[in-house]
Amino acid sequence: MSLIRGRTGEWEVVIGLEVHAQVIADSKLFSGAATAFGAEPNTQVSLVDAAMPGMLPVLNARSVEQAVRTGLGLNARINLTSVFERKNYFYPDLPQGYQISQYLQPIVGEGEITLDLPDGSVKTVGIERLHLEQDAGKSLHDQHPNCTYIDLNRSGVTLMEIVSKPDMRSGDEAAAYLTKLRAILRYLGTSTGNMEEGSMRCDINLSVRRPGAALGTRTETKNVNSIRFVKQAIEYEAKRQIAVLEDGGTIEQETRLFDPGKGVTRAMRTKEEAHDYRYFPDPDLLPLVLDSEWVEELRRALPELPDARKARFIADYGLSAYDAGVLVAERETADYFEAVVRGGAGRDAKRAANWIMGEVFAALNRDGIDLAAAPVDAARLGGLLDLIADGTISGRIAKDVFDAMWDSGKDAATIVEEKGLKQISDEGAIAAIVARVVADNPTQAEQFRAGNEKVLGWFVGQVMKATRGQANPGVVNRLLREKLS
Amino acid sequence: MTRLNELTIAAARDGLAKGEFSARELAEAHIAAMESARRLNLFITETPERALAMADAADARRRRGEAGLLDGIPLAVKDLFCTEDVLTTAGSHILDGFHPPYESTVTANLWRAGAVLLGKTNLDEFAMGSSNMTSHYGPVESPWRRKGDNRPLVPGGSSGGSAAAVAARVTAGAIGTDTGGSIRQPAAFCGIVGMKPTYGRCSRWGIVAFASSLDQAGPLTRTVRDAAIMLRAMAGHDPRDSTSVDRPVPDYEAALSGDIRGLRVGIPKEYRVDGMPDEIEALWRRGVQWLEEAGATTIEVSLPHTKYALPTYYIIAPAEASSNLARYDGVRYGLRVPGRTPTEMYEATRGEGFGAEVKRRVLIGTYVLSAGYYDAYYNKARKVRALILRDFTEAFESVDVLLTPTAPSTAFAQGEKMDDPIAMYLNDVFTVPANLSGLPGISVPAAMAEDGLPLGLQVIGRAFDEETMLRVAHVIETAAGFDAEPAFVAGR
Repeated sequence: MSLIRGRTGEWEVVIGLEVHAQVIADSKLFSGAATAFGAEPNTQVSLVDAAMPGMLPVLNARSVEQAVRTGLGLNARINLTSVFERKNYFYPDLPQGYQISQYLQPIVGEGEITLDLPDGSVKTVGIERLHLEQDAGKSLHDQHPNCTYIDLNRSGVTLMEIVSKPDMRSGDEAAAYLTKLRAILRYLGTSTGNMEEGSMRCDINLSVRRPGAALGTRTETKNVNSIRFVKQAIEYEAKRQIAVLEDGGTIEQETRLFDPGKGVTRAMRTKEEAHDYRYFPDPDLLPLVLDSEWVEELRRALPELPDARKARFIADYGLSAYDAGVLVAERETADYFEAVVRGGAGRDAKRAANWIMGEVFAALNRDGIDLAAAPVDAARLGGLLDLIADGTISGRIAKDVFDAMWDSGKDAATIVEEKGLKQISDEGAIAAIVARVVADNPTQAEQFRAGNEKVLGWFVGQVMKATRGQANPGVVNRLLREKLS
Repeated sequence: MTRLNELTIAAARDGLAKGEFSARELAEAHIAAMESARRLNLFITETPERALAMADAADARRRRGEAGLLDGIPLAVKDLFCTEDVLTTAGSHILDGFHPPYESTVTANLWRAGAVLLGKTNLDEFAMGSSNMTSHYGPVESPWRRKGDNRPLVPGGSSGGSAAAVAARVTAGAIGTDTGGSIRQPAAFCGIVGMKPTYGRCSRWGIVAFASSLDQAGPLTRTVRDAAIMLRAMAGHDPRDSTSVDRPVPDYEAALSGDIRGLRVGIPKEYRVDGMPDEIEALWRRGVQWLEEAGATTIEVSLPHTKYALPTYYIIAPAEASSNLARYDGVRYGLRVPGRTPTEMYEATRGEGFGAEVKRRVLIGTYVLSAGYYDAYYNKARKVRALILRDFTEAFESVDVLLTPTAPSTAFAQGEKMDDPIAMYLNDVFTVPANLSGLPGISVPAAMAEDGLPLGLQVIGRAFDEETMLRVAHVIETAAGFDAEPAFVAGR
């Protein structure tokens, strides 16, 4: 349990997250309009989305399927009967004057997500529910000095609202939860989970309490749009609440906004100002009734999800739990890893994992790109590993070759050939160099013979320097020992 | 020969088929009738050019041998149906200048059957009313007059323009919508036939919504046969309306066999209200007698929750309306009254755009859905609604149709009941149960009251059994032999 030490003692932070994830579907939840990101304003809008008089919603089957698949991926109960309700409020970017959502009877009930925490421990976070709802449009305040423009492209787009139980206790746990949830959504192909595009947004419910005490009053911080901001918002809001309580104040149940520029949360509206949404079943839509056999078909067709894949990586490839966890965190990484390992005979999975988590991740980070855009694809990395395995190049040289591959996009064999980096394993050639180096450095040779083992490393360095790093390090070591003994 | 504008749909259909007159001649006669009736304020928008163009197209189709079910028949359309490029107002200021870029499914079905649009008829604002007094475009005047009294009367509502136009022989048929009686009550007041089909029988797509779980389109005509002809063209499954039902549409006209021998007719004993005139009771008894004489059995049945139907309706309908009308915010179409902030703009637009009755219902609806009141009102109303439906389901185990009066009074004068919304709402006391339970109902003109105004009888059928309901209505129509005409008949 991670506690925060305040002025008057320790506090426990209690966090629940509500994630809105845009569903990958051909069209909106209740209309046939397309949902392309970044389209010109008001080009992805049907008569239904614009709430023209007399227009009626018709449920998109694909959206339902995606919600059910997500529920199955979260090991959650699928509710065979669910009900769409209207959540009524006025806002210029909400054309109907209500959002069609699910309230008392969501499509997905309780489930859970298993988190691998940075300290190596495992934690289960409960899922309270998942429901389907419409997104709102967007108000554009910067198009005109005293008018607000409305873009309805997003109006009616399918969202899944995924509500966790208040099971998290720190920003790190919240971040791990979001990372894992996003991975599951991406494995399932039900949401891109791109927070920067607004395809995934997060509301934070947070309260603090003395360890073991009853739950405190919570605040809800709305629409935080990156995992880093979620951590920042949690850290700020927890400290703020603790400071208020330690100064003898009380926490107001209120809605707050996170200001990423300043890293603070600010009150948006209090409980008294809260909307009365007047939910009631949408009379334009019949209750949604699912066939249990259809749900089972979807269950059978689910792809392998991160937890299962991790277990398989450990069992099949002999990876450590940590390495397997890192590799499966993103579907692309896990796919890349498997493509490397399976791309050639006898490839060493552990070596592949080390290269991906070391060199490849470092290069991606340095260049700020995704794996999909990496100049060294799985086939090329596999080629490089093969050259190490068959002794053509040493591990040290391989790093230079990798850098050259990254910069040029060429394959490993070509780089090795062009630069003449082939490892020298010819004992005769190496022995000649060893003999020369030992002869040229009698003082150091004497030190080694006197028992200073460290000097051997210096000699290896000299031989490697003389061979531009291409001598087989094992052979060099052995020949040096023979020569110096 | 009868003037063309006084023909029934069936007669016009036959005349067109025999080549006795062209669709254009028929349209011209109706346009002239429409113009001659302007003082009744029946139409918000007249569409004579469109009517003539559609009539010419109908004549061309007939020459090619491609005539549809309603080919060349002029119809009036309640201005709650969206009609492509034709002003659609819902009788409200807030839809000023709204020309829909789309056509409602029901009207599209009618045009596909060859029908001709005469114009868009006046109505209570957003179909909220039983008098046609709440229209932004002014009240509709009934073509009827009380005996010895020249005060203008209401046609009933909300489909008052459609009902009065049919009664005044401006058109043989019109379409309306019925949320709590808005077709059947004005039909009874105007001495015509008005029918609300089963919920889900006609698509609601493109109809300005009042209360979505209750709204249903239906025909207003002068004969049961015409109602049957029109319903066949209007009905059908529409994938764009999730509450529309995928069942085949029968030939309703073929159901009018006149033979109701052995049919069991239920007489619900609860269909009485305080102060209901004896002559309505008497007419009801006469209806029983007509059906028995035709070979049906009548059975008294009990629908014990009937007395809760009106309060239930006046919770559910405003609740849905308060949400349905939220979209009229001045942002995208219709009236916009500017304000410094979006909230100010909403308030100004809705304050000016909605009339008093609409505001009253939006307020009631908002209230009954509010936190703290939801369970006491809306949720309880939903439960009572289920009980009302159960009453009907149980009754229909022993009977095939139900016979009731349509309304507890004859038409009243313009201005009457305006200061007493409860008395106004009482107009719907016999019609709302069919809406709450989704069942089909039809009002047939059956007699003249002592005040010289028509009275209607209502037949309520099983869900999707419009055929039996129409057959019984047709027998009543025949037995009643209602042939009274209103004081005003267009073109005379």
